[in-house]
Amino acid sequence: MNRSFAESTARERVTHLLDADTFHEILGPAERVVSPHLALLGVPSAFDDGVVIGSGLLDGQAILVAAQEGEFMGGGVGEVHGAKLVGLFKRALAAKPAAVIVLAESGGVRLHEANAGLIAVSEVMRALLDVRAQGIPVIMLIGGANGCFGGMGLIARCADHVVMSDIGRLAMSGPEVIESSNGVEEFDSRDRALVWRTTGGKHRYLTDDCDVLVEDDVAQFRAAAMGLLGQSLPLSLASMEAEHALLASRLSRYGDCRDALDIWQRAGVADPLRVPDMEARQMPALKALNPKELA
Amino acid sequence: MEKLHFEFPGQYAPGHFTPVLVGVVGSGNLEVMLEPHGGSTCTIDVTTSAGGFGPIWEAVVHDFQTRHRLAGIAVSINDMGATPAVVSLRLDQAAAALPLGSQSNSGAPT
Repeated sequence: MNRSFAESTARERVTHLLDADTFHEILGPAERVVSPHLALLGVPSAFDDGVVIGSGLLDGQAILVAAQEGEFMGGGVGEVHGAKLVGLFKRALAAKPAAVIVLAESGGVRLHEANAGLIAVSEVMRALLDVRAQGIPVIMLIGGANGCFGGMGLIARCADHVVMSDIGRLAMSGPEVIESSNGVEEFDSRDRALVWRTTGGKHRYLTDDCDVLVEDDVAQFRAAAMGLLGQSLPLSLASMEAEHALLASRLSRYGDCRDALDIWQRAGVADPLRVPDMEARQMPALKALNPKELA
Repeated sequence: MEKLHFEFPGQYAPGHFTPVLVGVVGSGNLEVMLEPHGGSTCTIDVTTSAGGFGPIWEAVVHDFQTRHRLAGIAVSINDMGATPAVVSLRLDQAAAALPLGSQSNSGAPT
């Protein structure tokens, strides 16, 4: 039977992602490195501040791994949570793992510790890019029910590779944030089909913001991560400029689209209404049919 | 937020073990951590988002200790409004992860 990635806790995901019995946690729950802010606000802490970090083996290769727990504060990045991520990336500079893998599930900055969380997000980005500059690949796995939004969405797109399931979502502002700031006419956060079409894994895969699309199965995430070990992408001015040119072109082609359906239609997808019902394994063929238009 | 402390005498001491953590501090859920401690009692420390439920917590942890009679164990709980039934299940789940031979009846409800 498949083990659902979305239904698993952060700890279960790590356990089943890595080779059996190889995970070694850093700053585990018994060390009680908890948020200094939540208790002052009358909110219970979590013993691991909502993120599990450590080392282990994937396909026999040494890696570092972090997994955010979406059920705790929506995976929000607080001061300690962020510091654990930064520490893991700094460790990678010395340990030189085959990859740093982040199982991201987060609404972004934890609002209870807003300023500390914002600083933490920027520190994580800097630490992540330092790791990439050493030629160590950073891989994001996104498949939790809370998606990957806000500062964590930015961090995810700093990585070499993004792996998603269709349940996984990736964006800057979350649906509720867009609706409350720009109105329900702009984006109806209660329209779940619209939300998943527009921020979900399939659309991100079709538009090249996600490199590998998998089903909601920990084993498929594991296989995808194994396939990306040791594959570092160049982090250069030229690659950044190419990315910016692509984004500018995308904006000019699709900036007036109201829905991912409109984008798929304009890109020449034969039957856009069928896309949400397709399996992950059918998507590469669909993407191959429309090579330039979608990205 | 309320903090509660309980301490019970016990019989079954698993000795040294790697700390056990089950559950998540999510809405209607809780995390339970078991750690070895030097004494002969079972201590239970609860931090809960819901104030005013001390007597219910006392009944739930008393039932737990009646089932397991643990000794030399510190139980730490972070709770986000879990119901008594969920708390009992999480406590039994944690006890089931202890080294074998430390429990009287493997957490079967009584």
